[in-house]
Amino acid sequence: MSADGLADNRAARDRTLARVRSALGKKLPDAQAKANAEANVTIHRHGPRPRMPANLRERFIERARDMSSTVESIAAISDVPRAIAHYLDTLAPEIGGQPRAGVCWPEFATLDWSAAGLSIVSRPTLGNDRLGITGCFCAIAETGTIVITSGAATPTATAILPDTHVAIVRAERIVSGMEEAFALIRAEQGATPRALNLISGPSRTGDIEQTIVLGAHGPFRVHLLVVG
Amino acid sequence: MQIASMHFKARAHANLNDEQLQTNLKKFQGKFVPARRNALVELDDVEATREAARQIRQRALDELDTWLELFEENATASGATVLWAETPGDINRLVLEIAARHRVKKIIKSKSMVSEESALDHAIEAAGLTVVETDLGEYILQINNYEPPSHIIGPALHKSKEEVATLFSNTHKTPWKDEIQALCLEARSVLRQHYLSADMGITGGNFFVAETGSVVVVTNEGNATLTTTLPKVHVAISGIEKIVPTLEDVATLMRLLPRSATGQSISNYVDVLTGPKGAGEFHGAEHMYFILVDAGRTAVLGSEVREALRCIRCGACMNHCPVYQNVGGHSYGWVYPGPIGSILTPMYVGLENALDLPQASTFCNQCGVVCPVKIPLPDLQRKLREEEFARHLRPWHERAALRVWAWFALRPRLYGLASKISVRLLRLLARPNGMISRLPFAAGWTDERDMPAPAGRTFRELYRERASVRQS
Repeated sequence: MSADGLADNRAARDRTLARVRSALGKKLPDAQAKANAEANVTIHRHGPRPRMPANLRERFIERARDMSSTVESIAAISDVPRAIAHYLDTLAPEIGGQPRAGVCWPEFATLDWSAAGLSIVSRPTLGNDRLGITGCFCAIAETGTIVITSGAATPTATAILPDTHVAIVRAERIVSGMEEAFALIRAEQGATPRALNLISGPSRTGDIEQTIVLGAHGPFRVHLLVVG
Repeated sequence: MQIASMHFKARAHANLNDEQLQTNLKKFQGKFVPARRNALVELDDVEATREAARQIRQRALDELDTWLELFEENATASGATVLWAETPGDINRLVLEIAARHRVKKIIKSKSMVSEESALDHAIEAAGLTVVETDLGEYILQINNYEPPSHIIGPALHKSKEEVATLFSNTHKTPWKDEIQALCLEARSVLRQHYLSADMGITGGNFFVAETGSVVVVTNEGNATLTTTLPKVHVAISGIEKIVPTLEDVATLMRLLPRSATGQSISNYVDVLTGPKGAGEFHGAEHMYFILVDAGRTAVLGSEVREALRCIRCGACMNHCPVYQNVGGHSYGWVYPGPIGSILTPMYVGLENALDLPQASTFCNQCGVVCPVKIPLPDLQRKLREEEFARHLRPWHERAALRVWAWFALRPRLYGLASKISVRLLRLLARPNGMISRLPFAAGWTDERDMPAPAGRTFRELYRERASVRQS
């Protein structure tokens, strides 16, 4: 650590923990409590869960719409460019001609965008792209949420800087609740990624007179393409 | 933040007579309460979920030192730096030192109530740096010369759209407009430039997760997501009590937090942030810091009101409080208003500086009933009232009145006789319609309303009669 005051913080830490222990009526760090805590977190115990229907796909779509996402089902990933082109057509009257250009995650780089009349490049956004196309790690049926995990191939800002966010959701990746999403991350990624962004519909605010307005900072609209 | 809590009565009085404020308060009264009720019924077992949430928060507090150590180990292992602030002043000093280390010039902030405790924005500006609040409500208050927030989740809900319109027009030098959508759009375009040019992002923390060393930040605007994605430094500031053991615990608490707050099933953005960005990652902070704040929390932990530390800052207590709903958040004079504020403020700034806050309650227990982590708010207010009495902080006439009452209460026969006489005396004061319009020594009460005269005999008389009927 460099020679600024941050290096001296150890004493503040020790005093704070000592005050916590004294408030709890303890004198010393409790090795047994620590061992118990470490064992406890590995159980990943769930709290009470609301009942979920057998058809998670339907529940996800219904809840995503409740959160003001728009949803369309398509048969295959290869249908994505045509579906997005059509979606942009339907938006045109609302937003005065959405440019048919944007950025996407690398996993969609090889789709035939030009055949659908779109100009999509695979790169992270720097802030002036109006359309961002992402996938998602998984999706949550309980709340209509998509889960984005950060990584080299999944630049976060593509989902939050452009005016319009289109996310591709593979139906087999729709899980019941947040608990299953966390379990899937542990199983497939091991360590927790830098960022887990659980996104449920477009950015919104109710800070002026509690009137809900979409597009507070992030996307004005989130369109989900459920594949399969 | 400056403490004005000792002026509760005067401020409440002024706010009750402020027509504009009363109009604005009335506007938002009807919305939060039914929204919460409708959202909670989606859970199959609300009470079991509340009980689970209570246990999660209580378990964290019961072994707080252990969970903090585990959090620190895991956060450090992920590459973050964990710092500890013992006082509000430490928060400001640490933030400025981090800023200096990384040569930061502009800071963007998503909402952090803890940073209001230390008036962090003022300290940043005093050091010559730029700070921009990005939560729309907080931004509105910032450009209004740092007006204090009046609600923990809707800091500017006391303002009308016309007031916001004037503020925007003056600050942004744009034509006056009072259409809410247009105002939001204007704020969006101003703030977007700041997001793209800031070197540091500061967030609060709804939860610190011990298992993973993460901070969880919840917003609807997505401002915390942008704040933690674009700048090269992220500093997450929150109280040491915000620890929860696991991500599963977050899942349980998140079934209650947005429902209790705004009546949403889920907040639009729930971000779980762990360490700096990894190899090959384009976005995300290169440097991540946690500031774990004590600033009075360990004193609460060792006190009779420790249960207040379970609070997850949903605001349901204030949304349901008849006192808050009428006097507004500013009357409370510090960072946290409403029932939870009437506990935390005296504990953090000193009971002697917030004497009226534990009294600012009718003990109706609406707050206790709606609290998602089952904090017995009226019980805790009563404990603080007891402490005020024990520390001789109440006015002499109140103490004298209580003494007189206690003297009678300890002598049951005399008490029975005295209440019998007073009931009959009160009946003499009543007008033919059975109402008393003026009561000696209680003009404050009868000036504004009539009091119904006691109808018949005292409770003790009735009780004795029923007991003898049952025995015969």
